[in-house]
Amino acid sequence: MAVDMNMSILIVDDYKTMLRIIRNLLKQLGFNNVDEATDGSTALHKLREKGYGLVISDWNMEPMTGIQLLREVRADTQLKEMPFIMITAESKSENVVAAKEAGVSNYIVKPFNAATLKQKLTSIIGNF
Amino acid sequence: MRTSAVSRDVSERLGALQKRSDRIDPGEIVEVVEGIMGTMRGDLSAAELDLYAELGSLGKYIADAKAEISSLRPNEIRDQHLPIASDELDAIVGATEQATNGILEAVETIEGLTQDMSPEVAEKVTEAVTRVYESCNFQDITGQRVTKVVKALKQIETSVNGLLAAFGDDSPPAGKPAAPAPAAAAVDHELLNGPQLPGEATTQADIDALLAGGF
Repeated sequence: MAVDMNMSILIVDDYKTMLRIIRNLLKQLGFNNVDEATDGSTALHKLREKGYGLVISDWNMEPMTGIQLLREVRADTQLKEMPFIMITAESKSENVVAAKEAGVSNYIVKPFNAATLKQKLTSIIGNF
Repeated sequence: MRTSAVSRDVSERLGALQKRSDRIDPGEIVEVVEGIMGTMRGDLSAAELDLYAELGSLGKYIADAKAEISSLRPNEIRDQHLPIASDELDAIVGATEQATNGILEAVETIEGLTQDMSPEVAEKVTEAVTRVYESCNFQDITGQRVTKVVKALKQIETSVNGLLAAFGDDSPPAGKPAAPAPAAAAVDHELLNGPQLPGEATTQADIDALLAGGF
């Protein structure tokens, strides 16, 4: 099945430069329908308001962290199947374990490159 | 008789200090020690002499420590050095963010021009632009590292406040410790470590293996 390149992607990060970088890399990969949030609470509100096909979230944010957002998403009957990629500088194995237990779809450690982003997207939504 | 009187006096004074819930001024300890020593007059037994010597050493140790800490000027560390260091670090984050945005804006402009270039040139330019985007990850990493340092400075500030309160400075004492967080929040808090130093970080390959395997 062909990947819907018009799918809406929500990227969540408290660093605006990182939002800009991820948005630009997604654009290079052909995804132009990208929305942004700077913390987990705002992201959760947006997710409940609008239909997104994928979430790409940082971990270390306030007031709601990425792992809390992930747990909220997985606990929400409408959102629980949402693909969720964590992109974070938190690279300890206990973080990865916690994210996996919370139901993360994939995990990218910062600093990352475009090839890694594409590889993780492909593993979730298929080749594009 | 006198020995038991001394013991009783020691017990009473130390007991009074132990019952205190607030921070005890070292000066009060010195006062108690001197008071006890003042009761030890006349012919002293060997045990009393030992106690006398120990108490004398304790009083001198406290007085020396107080003098040494005072010479470090902890109030200057708290009021000047730590705030300056925090401000400088905040400025680093602000400057790198501004510079990164400038770089991103410039390369976005360059990327926008690729449609006017030949396919071969456009491909090379796009590859270079991608590398710039990837390299700009540094701003986020730098920001998080600096935030870790600022948090460490705040811990030092709390300790310095404690020292100042203990050694009689007029400055306000350190705030009350925060109420214990709920268990889940505490566990999550322990997962907020930020970027790891080179050599200590888990690689993307290790993370992929963790995700793929069972725990």
